[in-house]
Amino acid sequence: MVQFTLPKNSKIRTGKSWPKPEGKAVRKFQIYRWNQEDGENPRVDTYFVDMDTCGPMVLDALIKIKTEIDPTLTFRRSCREGICGSCAMNIDGINTLACIYGLNEVKGDIKIYPLPHMPVIKDLIPDLTHFYAQHASIMPWLETKTNRPAKEWRQSIDDRSKLDGLYECVMCACCSTSCPSYWWNSDKYLGPAALLHAYRWIIDSRDEATGARLDDLEDPFKLYRCHTIMNCAKTCPKGLNPAKAIADIKRMMVERVV
Amino acid sequence: MRYLTARKRAEGKGASHTGTEHHWHMQLSAVALAFMMPTWIYIFGSALGQPLETVQATFARPFPAILTALVLVVGLRHFAKGAQMMIEDYARGTARKMLVIFVYCLSGALAATGLFALIKLAL
Repeated sequence: MVQFTLPKNSKIRTGKSWPKPEGKAVRKFQIYRWNQEDGENPRVDTYFVDMDTCGPMVLDALIKIKTEIDPTLTFRRSCREGICGSCAMNIDGINTLACIYGLNEVKGDIKIYPLPHMPVIKDLIPDLTHFYAQHASIMPWLETKTNRPAKEWRQSIDDRSKLDGLYECVMCACCSTSCPSYWWNSDKYLGPAALLHAYRWIIDSRDEATGARLDDLEDPFKLYRCHTIMNCAKTCPKGLNPAKAIADIKRMMVERVV
Repeated sequence: MRYLTARKRAEGKGASHTGTEHHWHMQLSAVALAFMMPTWIYIFGSALGQPLETVQATFARPFPAILTALVLVVGLRHFAKGAQMMIEDYARGTARKMLVIFVYCLSGALAATGLFALIKLAL
């Protein structure tokens, strides 16, 4: 449901400003902080980082802040090379992966918030439980009815190439959390990430549940809440195009009718 | 508080197996309107401000009359379905149902009124 104002206990206030270090290349970071255990409203803390002693990516700066300035700052990270999707967050107004987003791509102060319109667990960590459950609901595995072949399910080079631009998704949730339709109706709308994965299995030549998969998606909310806003394609840190995958699912739906 | 699993919440009530007809209708009517509207606006614009006899003569001709009727029917049907989608985006529960009913009634009433006026002009 649309909410145009934040609830009282979600209004963001100005937080602590940490001391500015000496140095010429000092940059200012404004980072969203919230801890449900202290019972206070979210706040934006200000940190200053000397770029001469910091790595080139936003995640490097966050790790530096956590290590050297404020160990209570909480965020997810793992691979540090854009493969795991853990460090997805909103940097300078863009949903992206902190590990592959360069500090030099941000002009001025660096503002970091958690992924938008998701429940926050702590600081920059969103609760992705529902997002993952939606992914599981599209049956992200190979469904077959034919007896398993002796060696392997075979696939032509052409059919395999249809999975390019789909299998690379790392489920970081940047796309879904940038989608206004997902903001307003995430309880029913599957969102770009889950639909991209759904299409990845629909289009897989080895999968034998294509009809059932399309049946499960045919719904005004699950699929047709996509209004081709294209935020998903614009924000995807892996350069994928979930909007095209959704359009292809819609095309297949129409082909079943007309 | 309900103790539902995340999967149960995500699955909801399953798929309704509808929506494709709506999507296809919107695509078709959008293409149709893209062709019809410029011609109709030209005809309507030319007749606007003219004496009653001239307007009656314009809409008594088959092409302007049929085109106007089509614009009324297709356009307002397109409006109703598009507005339904917007309402579904932004409203919930009883408000959603009431607004959808209102929009369908409104578009029906506008189409009926328009057709009545057109018939009076054309005949």
